[in-house]
Parts: sequence; C-alpha cells; structure tokens
Amino acid sequence: MSDRGFTPVAGLNPPLPARRIDLPSSVADYATKLFNGFFEWFGSLGIFSWRVLCAAVTPPYEWCELIRQLDEVGSKSLPLVAMASGAIGVILSLEARYTLSRFGAKSMFPATLVYSVLQVMGPVITGLVVSGRVGAGMGAELASMKVTEQIDAIEASAINPYRLLAATRILACILMLPLLTIATDACALLTGWFAQAMVEPLSFHQFIANGFNGATFSAFLPQTLKTSVYGLIIGLIACFQGMRTRGGAAGVGRAATNSVVLASLFLILADVVLVKFILVFFP
Amino acid sequence: MATAYDITTKQAEPEQDSPAPVVAVENVYKSFAGHKVLNGISLRVNRGETLAVLGRSGTGKSVLLRLIIGLEKPDAGSVCIHGQDLAGLGLDRMGEIRKKMGFLFQSAALYDSLTVQENVAFPLEHHRRDMPKSERADRVRQLLVEVGLETDIDKMPSDISGGMQKRVGLARALALEPEILLLDEPTAGLDPISSAEINELILKLQRERRMASVVVTHDLHSASTIAGRLALLNEGDVVIEGTFEDLQQSDIGFVKEFLKQS
Repeated sequence: MSDRGFTPVAGLNPPLPARRIDLPSSVADYATKLFNGFFEWFGSLGIFSWRVLCAAVTPPYEWCELIRQLDEVGSKSLPLVAMASGAIGVILSLEARYTLSRFGAKSMFPATLVYSVLQVMGPVITGLVVSGRVGAGMGAELASMKVTEQIDAIEASAINPYRLLAATRILACILMLPLLTIATDACALLTGWFAQAMVEPLSFHQFIANGFNGATFSAFLPQTLKTSVYGLIIGLIACFQGMRTRGGAAGVGRAATNSVVLASLFLILADVVLVKFILVFFP
Repeated sequence: MATAYDITTKQAEPEQDSPAPVVAVENVYKSFAGHKVLNGISLRVNRGETLAVLGRSGTGKSVLLRLIIGLEKPDAGSVCIHGQDLAGLGLDRMGEIRKKMGFLFQSAALYDSLTVQENVAFPLEHHRRDMPKSERADRVRQLLVEVGLETDIDKMPSDISGGMQKRVGLARALALEPEILLLDEPTAGLDPISSAEINELILKLQRERRMASVVVTHDLHSASTIAGRLALLNEGDVVIEGTFEDLQQSDIGFVKEFLKQS
C-alpha cells in the first residue's frame, strides 16, 4: 500500500501535485512595490513642496495664521525644550567632569561643555524635541482636518490650503527652530554649570569666560542657523503626512506616527550632510 | 414653521434666455482605483434653476458635486462654470471661480476649532479683507439669523446638533453671496421637521437670490420640493432627467422601483 491508501500500479498512479513555492516572485513583487512606493512618496513630496513654495511666495499672505503658528511652534515648545536641555546639561556636565578628570584635563571642562552643547547637543536636542512635539501635533491636526473634509471645505471656500495650512506651519518651524536652539543652549549651559558648581566652586563668570575663550561667532552661528533646515524638514514632513492622510482615525494615528518618525530620521540624516557642509565652508 | 408635508413647491423660474449654462458637465468619466463611478455623464444648470441629483448610495452623486467645485478632476470630459473649463486651472485661478460657488458638505465639514460665528466669518475674513470688521460681523449675524441660529453664535460645532451644523454649513456656503450653490445631502440624517426647515430655507434662498443650485439627495420628497428638474443616476449614468412628473410617468424599471421605494 502506498501512503495514499491504494496499491500502486505501474504507470497508473497519478503524480502528486508539486507544491509550488513562489518565493522568488513574491519577493520580486514585494521589492517592486517597495521600490515604487519609495519613488511615489518622494515624487508626491516633491509636488507638495512645489505647491507650498508657489503658495508661500504669492499673495495674499496669511500673517495672522503665521503668528498663531509662531506661537504654537515657539512659545508652546519652549517649556519642553528648556526641560530637556536642562537635563542634557546636567548629564553632559557629570560625564565631562568624570572623563576629563581621568585624563587630568579638568581645566578644559568649561570649553568642553560649551562646545559640545553649542555645536552638537543643542541643535540636535532641539530638533528632536520639536520634531516629537510639533511634528506629531501638526501631523495629527492636519490629518484630522483632512479626514473630516475640513481641508476640502477650506479649498471649496476659495482659500489655498497649501498657503493657509502648510506654508505658515513650515515657515514657523524654519523661523522658530534657531530661536529655540538658543534657548536650549542657554538652559543646557546654565544647568551644566550649576551641576559642576555644586561639586566644585566655579563662578558663572569664570565658566563663561573660560568656555568661550577664543571662540568666534562663526564657530556657533552656522550650527544654530542649520536648525532652520531641521525646521524645514519637520514642518514639511508633518504637513505632507497630514494633508495626504486617508482612512479615518487609524489614518490620523498613522500620520502622527509617520510625521515624528520620518522627521526625526530625516533630521539626523540631514545633520550628517550639514555637519560636513559646515566643516568645509566654516572651518 | 412649515412641516415636511405642507411646503409648497415654489422654485424660482430658470432664465431661459441665458446665453450659456452656469454649470455644464459634459460627458464626464470618473473612476477610483479601477472602479467606474461616473460613466459619461452630462448635465446643465441655468441661472435661477435647481437641479436635484438622485440615486442610490455609491452612484457618484457626491463625486459629481466635487467635480463641479474642482475638488476632483474628471478622467475624461469637461466641467465648465460660466463657460470656463476647470481643466488645468491652478489653485489660485480655481479660487477665483470658487468664490462664486457655495458648497454644503454632507458632513457640514465645519472647522472644529472655531465657533459657529467664526466658521461663518471664515470666508469673509479671507476674501473681504477690505470690508470693515463691524460690517463683516453684521453680515455674519445676518446670515445666522437667516438660518435661525442667531442665539448659538458662540457655540462650538461639537456642541450643536447635526441639523444645526448643516445650517451653519449653509450659512458659511452663502457668506460670499455665491451664484452657484452646491448642496450635498442637505437633509440626510435629519428628522422630518428639521428637513422641512432646511427645504424651506433653500426655497427661500432660491426665491431671493436666484442662484443656480445642484442638490444631491436620496430624499425624493426634498428633491421634488426644492428642485424644478431632477436627474436620476444609476451606475454612473443618468437614467432619466426631467420634472418630478416626468419621473412619475416614466416606464423605466429602475425609475419606477426608485419612486416606489422612496
């Protein structure tokens, strides 16, 4: 007896159907989909950016909405940015003191803290904190407006939604990020000095004088101004994800998540390019 | 207030001598993800005329309105407003045409972060910046009086009923004194009394302003009350177009079935 339950007869047994595994074609389909999706996303982002740019440079200008967004992105992010940078200042201070002590370079503490805050940590922390707060907020707000037809209603009222909703938000991010970075730097330096002063006596005047000794504006200005690019990335990604949302509450959730994740990711990738650019042009 | 059953049909007479229709939809096709929604549809609306578009759910009635206001683009065919083809127009040029149109969304689509008053004032604040603030406020108040919501101006959209939201949406649609009014299911989900109030309001507006209106609805009673001409859609095509009496006298099976079930 065969395992099929009948006696095999030579030449009469039907062959078992071959189990087809279409793994290569599935993988190819998946790769094609991924590839197309990748280019479709960037293509749509390009078209969206062009529409926003055209809307932003042509009148009428939405000054009231811009001021509202400056407040939303700037003033309302300040407490969070201050708290995060305050904590970072303390951490940096503790780490720097310990590390510098090991190498007998404690006198370098003020300069180490100032340079690490102003050149690296300040801009990146500001970008990531704002990306989390503002990116998610904008993405969710616009997505919610999209799924409840409020954006269509704006368009039906003969108002350009790219001008009213996107251009104002993106511009607010571009303008506020450098200002928030200055606040971040100040808070981080203040708490960093405070953490050090609690352990060893160090006057604030001495800390600042040693920290900024020999420093020029060109050492810090490009690092601060580069956060405008972070602002562009955060605003653009959040508005783009929000305004292309589909699919109700789940879509709103996806838009908020994607806004934060993609903005943070692109922000860090952009930083790689910006750091190299600054090192080349502002040595 | 009149009830749903005692409203008399008093539509404004359309202008027959008008040189071109205010809204002209010519041989329009529209599909979504391979699913054909509109299949070569053609409709015309003159000044002072109200066309009611009827049909089952999913037959493309709302899509037709979105095509007329330019929120969707046709796959083929043309949509002309005052003889101007909407194809290829940029957002700002389209905006100039949209200023002449008012749109009431099925969901009312009120701005949920603004009060009733701010919702109605929204188009005025963007397009009548030259108008003094006090005049704008008067205009908003007048519109809210017209829709019977003068006592609810400071309420948020979430604090008012569906019928009231529709009225706010209607007041917002009328804010720029449009020449064309597009209404997407103005009485859907409303009780008979609220429906009758909305119908009466639309009739009153037609008499006073002589707008060209396109009303999408399931509600045959509402359609026969407010519209002089009706078009019945099925599977993306116009099955019949004419007066309510034309529909009643039709021998087409779908028309008979639709009237019987309505």
